[in-house]
Amino acid sequence: MKFSGKVIKYGDNVDTDVIIPARYLNTSVKEELAAHCMEDLDPDFSKKVEPGDIIVAGSNFGCGSSREHAPVAIKASGISCVIAPSFARIFYRNSINTGLAILECPEASEGISDGDKIEVDTDSGEIKDITSGKVYKASAFPGFIEKIISSDGLVGYTKTKLQ
Amino acid sequence: MGMTMTQKILSKHAGKELCAPGDLIEADLDLLLGNDITTPPAIDIFEKNSFGKVFDTDKIVMVPDHFAPNKDIKSAEQCKRMRDFAKSQNIKYYYEQGEEGMGVEHVILPDNGLVLPGFAVIGADSHTCTYGALGAFSTGVGSTDLACAMAAGSTWFRVPEAIRVDLKGKLNPYVSGKDVILYLIGLIGVDGALYRSLEFTGEGVAELSMADRLTICNMAIECGAKNGIFPVDEKTIEYLDARVEGGYKEAPEWLFADPDAVYEQTITIDLSEVPPMVSFPHLPSNTHAVGTFDKTKIDQVVIGSCTNGRLEDMKKAAAVLKGRHVAEGIRAIILPGSQRVYKQCLTEGLLEIFVDAGCVVSAPTCGPCLGGHMGVLAKGEKCVSTTNRNFVGRMGHKESEVYLAGVEVAAASAVKGYIASPAELE
Repeated sequence: MKFSGKVIKYGDNVDTDVIIPARYLNTSVKEELAAHCMEDLDPDFSKKVEPGDIIVAGSNFGCGSSREHAPVAIKASGISCVIAPSFARIFYRNSINTGLAILECPEASEGISDGDKIEVDTDSGEIKDITSGKVYKASAFPGFIEKIISSDGLVGYTKTKLQ
Repeated sequence: MGMTMTQKILSKHAGKELCAPGDLIEADLDLLLGNDITTPPAIDIFEKNSFGKVFDTDKIVMVPDHFAPNKDIKSAEQCKRMRDFAKSQNIKYYYEQGEEGMGVEHVILPDNGLVLPGFAVIGADSHTCTYGALGAFSTGVGSTDLACAMAAGSTWFRVPEAIRVDLKGKLNPYVSGKDVILYLIGLIGVDGALYRSLEFTGEGVAELSMADRLTICNMAIECGAKNGIFPVDEKTIEYLDARVEGGYKEAPEWLFADPDAVYEQTITIDLSEVPPMVSFPHLPSNTHAVGTFDKTKIDQVVIGSCTNGRLEDMKKAAAVLKGRHVAEGIRAIILPGSQRVYKQCLTEGLLEIFVDAGCVVSAPTCGPCLGGHMGVLAKGEKCVSTTNRNFVGRMGHKESEVYLAGVEVAAASAVKGYIASPAELE
């Protein structure tokens, strides 16, 4: 998949409580979740995010809770992809399962600035910073994960398994 | 090559002789858990994809504990969704609010004897790692994982690398498992064990109560670990024998780490050197020893949660609060972790101590831990809490602050009105 958009940049350890505060977890309606995405970290997020935008963050993105509402809220807000040096493991699973594209790339996290326009090819792992002209390469997903993604997520994969 | 405990359990459940770190495996599961926040989305997925019947009605646990007793209409709808599904699917371990055996999920599963050594457990709750204290592989997942595992009875794992935490020595007074895990998180950081298993070993293990071990494993996730795990010893067997239906005498003979198991890193902790700890806002790794920082005035104290809501915790709180009173202007909220703990507090006279000390005593619920209800903070307020996270906005307003601590520090802080050591009360 290919995405392009402007970068919204955050630091290390962006946790699930700021991605979607628990006070909004009395619903799992994605539009309602998206309306409150990132609000305790970045109150302007829902105003500035445009469809296709890309979050570039520091290490351990998505740490904390197992709430799948976190990747769901990010995706429903219009974010196409999240790039970070590392992701917390439950968030990593949840992103794959819910179809939020994520890429691990320490160099891109370091080199890309807030507001840059970038292009991402999740198949090749190539991240192109149009603003700076720099190109980065993210690590590829393990084959097994690719299989889940190509089965249209874990649900599709499970359906095949159950047959 | 030798295997760690985690690798042994995963290979057993994947039907393999050997599992190496990095291997991607499909593992059969012994127990699945969901709560009122994470189960409704799982049910949506389960029904939308016509998964039909769950794989085993006796291997799924559903606990309405987060926003229950229902805090608002939407929460009531979520609890109802789970209740209706559990009933229609004939789920054996659905716990209704108020019923015996009910309470905060990670307090009741071990206490009801549902988790055994060598089990592979997933839960749609990040603190599912708690059950590693019983020698199980247990880890948190999301709602889609739960939905698919409810249908298939299995899930995929990447076999984790391991970090050994070698424990020696004995705990000092006023120091518990909570201080040990905060100390460890302070040492390695909130991603210090990312994707890895934390395997606790050494002579110090025997010095830790089961309550201490449950608290330590509960917070393994707070340094990014996939799971935490303790070896099975006499204390584990004694704990299980009193709780498991039909008793429990012996762990599986294969359930131990090989002498040549590979650990990426070994961290040694001398328990006698662990002081009472506090994690300052807004990361669990932001740790300080009590007594090494300026007087920090507080507004609220919370004692309870899946981390510290067990009977041992209530006893510790009562020992500090007995004959004392909460400082003027402080709200102290005590949440026994289950109906059983609540009743034990009642019969052992602890409730009277709490009420006489000026504490609020709540029904068992996760409530304030995640800013749900029963103690949400206003702008600028500070709370000492025995819970597990102190992220921005965790307990309420984004400009409120949570200071994580063990039960005795929390109780002493309630009495003093600032973050204090119980030693200050002597």
